[in-house]
Amino acid sequence: MKKDLLSIADLSRDEITLILDTAEAMREIGQRPIKKVPTLRGKTVVNLFYEPSTRTRTSFEIAEKRLSADTLNIAVASSSVLKGETLADTALNIEAMQPDMIVLRHASSGAGHLLSRICRSRIINAGDGMHEHPTQALLDAFTIREHKRSLGGLKIAIVGDLLHSRVLRSNVRLQTALGAEVWACGPATLVPPGLDRLGVRVSTSVDEAVEGADVVMMLRIQQERMSGAFFPSLREYFNTFGLTSARVARAKPDVIIMHPGPMNRGVEIASDVADGPYSVILEQVANGVAVRMAVLYLLAGGQEGD
Amino acid sequence: MGWTGERSGMKRMLKGGRVVDPANGRDGVFDVLIEDGRIARVGRDLPAGGDVRVTEVPAGLVVCPGLIDIHVHLREPGQEHKETVATGTAAAVAGGFTAVACMPNTTPVNDNAGVTEYILKKAADANLARVYPIGAVSRGQQGERLADIAELKAAGCVAITDDGHPVATALLMRRALEYAGMFGLPVIEHCEEQTLKGDGVAHEGFHASSLGLRGIPGEAESIMALRDISLAELTRGAVHIAHMSARQTLDAVRYGKARGVRVTCEVTPHHFVLTDECLGAPVPYDTNVKMNPPLREAADRDAMLDGIADGSVDVIATDHAPHHYDEKRVEFDRAPFGITGLETAVSLCFDRLVHAGRIPIGRLVELLAVNPARVINVPGGSLAEGAPADVTILAPDLPVTVRADAMRSRSRNTPFDGWSLRGGVAATIVGGRPVFVNDAVRLAL
Repeated sequence: MKKDLLSIADLSRDEITLILDTAEAMREIGQRPIKKVPTLRGKTVVNLFYEPSTRTRTSFEIAEKRLSADTLNIAVASSSVLKGETLADTALNIEAMQPDMIVLRHASSGAGHLLSRICRSRIINAGDGMHEHPTQALLDAFTIREHKRSLGGLKIAIVGDLLHSRVLRSNVRLQTALGAEVWACGPATLVPPGLDRLGVRVSTSVDEAVEGADVVMMLRIQQERMSGAFFPSLREYFNTFGLTSARVARAKPDVIIMHPGPMNRGVEIASDVADGPYSVILEQVANGVAVRMAVLYLLAGGQEGD
Repeated sequence: MGWTGERSGMKRMLKGGRVVDPANGRDGVFDVLIEDGRIARVGRDLPAGGDVRVTEVPAGLVVCPGLIDIHVHLREPGQEHKETVATGTAAAVAGGFTAVACMPNTTPVNDNAGVTEYILKKAADANLARVYPIGAVSRGQQGERLADIAELKAAGCVAITDDGHPVATALLMRRALEYAGMFGLPVIEHCEEQTLKGDGVAHEGFHASSLGLRGIPGEAESIMALRDISLAELTRGAVHIAHMSARQTLDAVRYGKARGVRVTCEVTPHHFVLTDECLGAPVPYDTNVKMNPPLREAADRDAMLDGIADGSVDVIATDHAPHHYDEKRVEFDRAPFGITGLETAVSLCFDRLVHAGRIPIGRLVELLAVNPARVINVPGGSLAEGAPADVTILAPDLPVTVRADAMRSRSRNTPFDGWSLRGGVAATIVGGRPVFVNDAVRLAL
């Protein structure tokens, strides 16, 4: 493995498989009465979050604690960024205290690359702007693998705000690397130009994207996108792109429905679908801990700390 | 303008060099005699009296009219941590430029005679390259009311622009063209339709999409260029399209020229050398490839090369935009736009244009000296007898390795650090006085 995990593109196909296989073993730890192993004892992990995050930060923290790492959470309010010190200076100050890893969430694409260039610590990208969220894609793949054994040959439809989504970019890279047929679907105003060159089928028809799909993954729609005139109203968005039972019926009978959270019920996904029998949304959250344990363990060198 | 040339009575001869002087139809081996800071004679085997200091120009070097960069940010007054007139003109002469025109987006903005005079005073103190200030179109570059353009002209401004931004409205642009036209000043336009640009930071296309960077389409530039070309036609004013980057804009300029509109345009070296592929490699999210307009895709880069070769492009200008190290060592979307250019332009031009077989040296001299002087109506671009002795001696085959840490500019924000290029500058002479001699070339000035 490379020093840092900034993008799915940093991983070979074999490394992706290794992480997913390792996560299987890690999940077992979470099912024990005492959910803790000494693997990362004596290692210091800093969770440096420049964006509010409940799910991802908690998931990383639980993963770190189960591996016995010393963890430290730094939440930097974005309002204080402008008057405060630069990201580089903050990182160098943290670095001076000899952490082993920094888990970074930041609103700017490429923020992890900046840290990677100036830090000795290993950097794990926990979401950078519109670029990538690699551990999310890994946990999504882990969840898909559980239900479908393998990603090879699956039709996966990813639907929603493609333009601003780091979850999309990580998933497209990972799923195409593992041989899935990936469809990306959203309003034409929210399709990044040249997306097809990442190896996906781009469509503006949900019905077409979902037709015969093995996996349907919905992306969050942020309400502030309306002010950018990307679409007229939430109501129209739901009617045109929302995942309803009728649309689910077009997919394979054993389709699974995914969402990286947080969900907007009644906007990108109908509540009866989110809570329905095909939904694996909470499994994704559960698997996030195991996958992040695997990433932390393998980046630390895959050895027991002592 | 307070600028001092060589001491009175000094005579100098550049002997036996290849003189490339397209304005006077010369390309061949000539001697150039300089007296009192002016070109006295250009001819074959000129006699040199005992009072003439003779410099033998080695074979292979090219003597041409001094290069003029009409798009430079000298940052003074107000942003001296990035550059000063002194450091910027030192960079200019090291890059072969005998004159630069500096943009008005300083702090305060150059929208009045006081700022113009301050810049000219600093230029006289530095006494390196000639400096031609460019004034603001609008007061404070706020896009509302015209600046005092007659006053700016009287103080020494050679053009007006709201560079950094486009002239805010079509009506203000119309007024600027009409009003500046009275004084023979061109309006230099930073073409950018601001709603389409939005908060974009990179060329809209595959690479920006892949890296999650907000895009700026080429049409943001061409739409504004078409507006301004239409208004130049309406007003019979002269518009100069700055730092053209998109193939659509080149088409717009060709359309305007075909209709007889007074439109000229410039291209920067980075826009004919680099593409948006640089966003991801070799250094992902390198803020030294963030500039406005952004590096565009290969089809745009190739269109710029075609325009340079076929004559559609009038000028090569650098858009030298120094920024402090601290300002660039931030997240990509927070970094300021711009790179330095004065000290890399000649090498990039030789390597990518002349040695690549796209243009002969004569055309390069037109792009870097003859046409820049014409666009901003200043002396220069010619080695005619009686002209100021602003001369650049080029070394077309000199191997050059770009070293950011060895540059004269106060800033280091170049994406070309470490590049090996063929072609450079041997010496720069302003008003008959050598202001830069390259140690790597054997030339006794």
